[in-house]
Amino acid sequence: MPRIGVVVCWCGHNIAGTVDVTQVTAAAAAMPGVVYAEDYKYVCSEPGQDLIRRAIADKRLDAVVVAACSPSMHEATFRQAAAAAGLNPYRVEIANVREQCSWVHRDREEATVKAVALVQAMVAKARREEPLEALRLPVTRRALVIGGGIAGMQAAMDIADAGYQVLLVEREPNLGGRMAQLSETFPTLDCASCILTPRTAEVARHPRIELLTYSEVREVAGYVGDFRVRIARKPAYVDWDRCIGCMLCQEKCPRKVPSPFERDMGFKKAIGVNFPQAVPNRPVIDREHCTYFEKGKCQVCVRVCPVEAVDFEQRETVREEAVGAIVVATGFDVLAPAEFGEYGYGRYPDVIDSLAFERLNSSSGPTGGVIRRPSDGRVPREVVFIQCVGSRDPDRGRGYCSKICCMYTAKHAMLYRHKVPDGQAYVFYMDVRAGGKGYEEFVQRTVEQAGALYLRGRVARVYPEGDRMLVRGVDTLSGQTVEVAADLVVLATAAVPRGDARELAQLLKVGTDAHGFYNEAHPKLRPVETMTRGIFLAGAVQAPRDISETVAQASGAASKVLALFSQEELVADPLVAVVDETRCAGCFLCRPVCPYQAISTRVAGNREVATVNPGLCQGCGACAVACRSGAMALKGFTDEQILAEVEALCLRTGSPG
Amino acid sequence: MSSDWQPRIVGFACRWCTYAGADLAGTSRLEYPATVRLVRVPCSGRVNPSFVLRAFQRGADGVLVAGCHPGDCHYTSGNLFTRRRFSLVKRFLEYLGLEPERLRVEWISAAEGQRFAQVIREMTDDLCRLGPNRKMREEP
Repeated sequence: MPRIGVVVCWCGHNIAGTVDVTQVTAAAAAMPGVVYAEDYKYVCSEPGQDLIRRAIADKRLDAVVVAACSPSMHEATFRQAAAAAGLNPYRVEIANVREQCSWVHRDREEATVKAVALVQAMVAKARREEPLEALRLPVTRRALVIGGGIAGMQAAMDIADAGYQVLLVEREPNLGGRMAQLSETFPTLDCASCILTPRTAEVARHPRIELLTYSEVREVAGYVGDFRVRIARKPAYVDWDRCIGCMLCQEKCPRKVPSPFERDMGFKKAIGVNFPQAVPNRPVIDREHCTYFEKGKCQVCVRVCPVEAVDFEQRETVREEAVGAIVVATGFDVLAPAEFGEYGYGRYPDVIDSLAFERLNSSSGPTGGVIRRPSDGRVPREVVFIQCVGSRDPDRGRGYCSKICCMYTAKHAMLYRHKVPDGQAYVFYMDVRAGGKGYEEFVQRTVEQAGALYLRGRVARVYPEGDRMLVRGVDTLSGQTVEVAADLVVLATAAVPRGDARELAQLLKVGTDAHGFYNEAHPKLRPVETMTRGIFLAGAVQAPRDISETVAQASGAASKVLALFSQEELVADPLVAVVDETRCAGCFLCRPVCPYQAISTRVAGNREVATVNPGLCQGCGACAVACRSGAMALKGFTDEQILAEVEALCLRTGSPG
Repeated sequence: MSSDWQPRIVGFACRWCTYAGADLAGTSRLEYPATVRLVRVPCSGRVNPSFVLRAFQRGADGVLVAGCHPGDCHYTSGNLFTRRRFSLVKRFLEYLGLEPERLRVEWISAAEGQRFAQVIREMTDDLCRLGPNRKMREEP
């Protein structure tokens, strides 16, 4: 019988306050196979780990059970300690007596009985354990970055600068993402284009970054170090290799349509680029609006193109690429404001969202940077900004704070005053959240120097009167109803995940929160990693955040990728399925249930048996249940081990039976 | 049955969702009856019905099989097998004469500590009402 050691942690008062640790230790000492049992105040501390190391050496232990906090906290810590003492790290088991016992029960006796049972189950499991060898996997030192906004570009640059190849996939025809739509940035009022466009150019000419714009990720297979990704390049109907970017086609195209980039306030041509500084500076044909695709004639672009680059026959092309790590930087969307009937968005042209206000401010925008309201082009004398439109509104399903709106609204109010010195800005707000370097001072300047009038309260209704909009709300500080006649109303709509964020999350096997923002592995300690190893997050795909935070996080994600690439080979948990070939009947019921296509056929003597690729297997155990002959075992979670745990947990007495 | 009799629940919890949800109940200090003991499994799809039968045979009064919400499985599809498989197991156990409340299959995410505690409270109440499992228990 294997020699098992049990160490019971007090966790100060956290465990010992509710569970009688001495009694648990005494009970453990009497369990079959246990040759050592001890308790200690903080087992995770250095002396605590040393206790484990010494016990392994002195008592010649074959396995260790630590009764402590959840395995998600310190399993890795204790495994490392065991390995340092020469024990196979996979022979360490954790009995979770804190999160699932001492913290949730009050009665000392009941909690102690339960803690003994939990230890008993882990001892029973440890008895049936085999030493496992960690898997060693090769690393493809090439990264995929999904999203060419500021987050994706930063991550791509950092990885490429360190000497590795990067594939940068962007679904739009050009780099820049949301930031390309912004006018100025808070709190310095740097012009967004002035800091963004040099960066886009730098990314495009980087020798180690391969740019795949107008492309989308369609399939992701494989695992850390060896992902296989299928990337589709949408047809631009222009041969970009031939195109010289002269934009004659855009100039001569007779078809004008509202531009989504300009929030439909300006126009674009059916062929062309989103904005003049676009990188790569190559046009695409908007198939939905192109006269040739609609009616079969026109072809003005074909005639004016000096290099015969227009190609109406172009088709989508798909390529498969191997990468070792993936950074997801797909950004955010703003809430479809159609939900806000009370503010009249969509009904009245002078009710716009903040992104539209950014375009009005932008010198490359539809008004050349002069703030003019959409209905009649007049410069507005009074502008009402409404914050928290859709954010912090649990009734409409979004309880979260979109975080960036307080600051950009203050910025809007200030920019407006700079451009219309006799204008008045009103801001309806819930709270002003200006945490960040120089942020609070910025808001103060907006109030004191730009004279913005901040009114605390929600707006109830916006309706037209004459050629102005009447905004009716309550100032909750004075308790009075407020009515403002405004020329323009700007809604700070909530930042929401991209419409297809969930589909991509499914492809990547990354979890999302209730809203569709991607989940990090740990909110405090692993903020850029996901639960899928080798996949990292950067920017607003994870939660609303501003540019400086986004850039910092992108560099963080890049550093994680670099740490991965700096390893000779990757070490993976060996908790994978394995086939007992003598028992395998070759029915292959295991194959269809495997989500990773990890099971294939192998000829053993004169028959076919199943075999598992340990690199692909993620250890879910579906095959082990599907197998009728008991040939498929999941290492670390074998039938014998789980049944032994069940039996131990069912024992009625607190002491071993 | 003495008045202070407490049922015994064996719970199979997928490590990604329900086990983490139970941990969250702990970090949030939500109190619930000390009737449940969890077995940590990689996925609810790892739970062989024979594990559940064994628990009942060994005297468990209730069994909980819990994992990620359908559609949210860490392994994409594991809990869909669980859902199909255990709708049959439940009917089989009812056919054997076991009260349906004794086996619960639940979807509890890593964010649902509150819900985990609630499920344990409900199950404990139900089982207190039903009393010990004598039907399937093998006499020692």
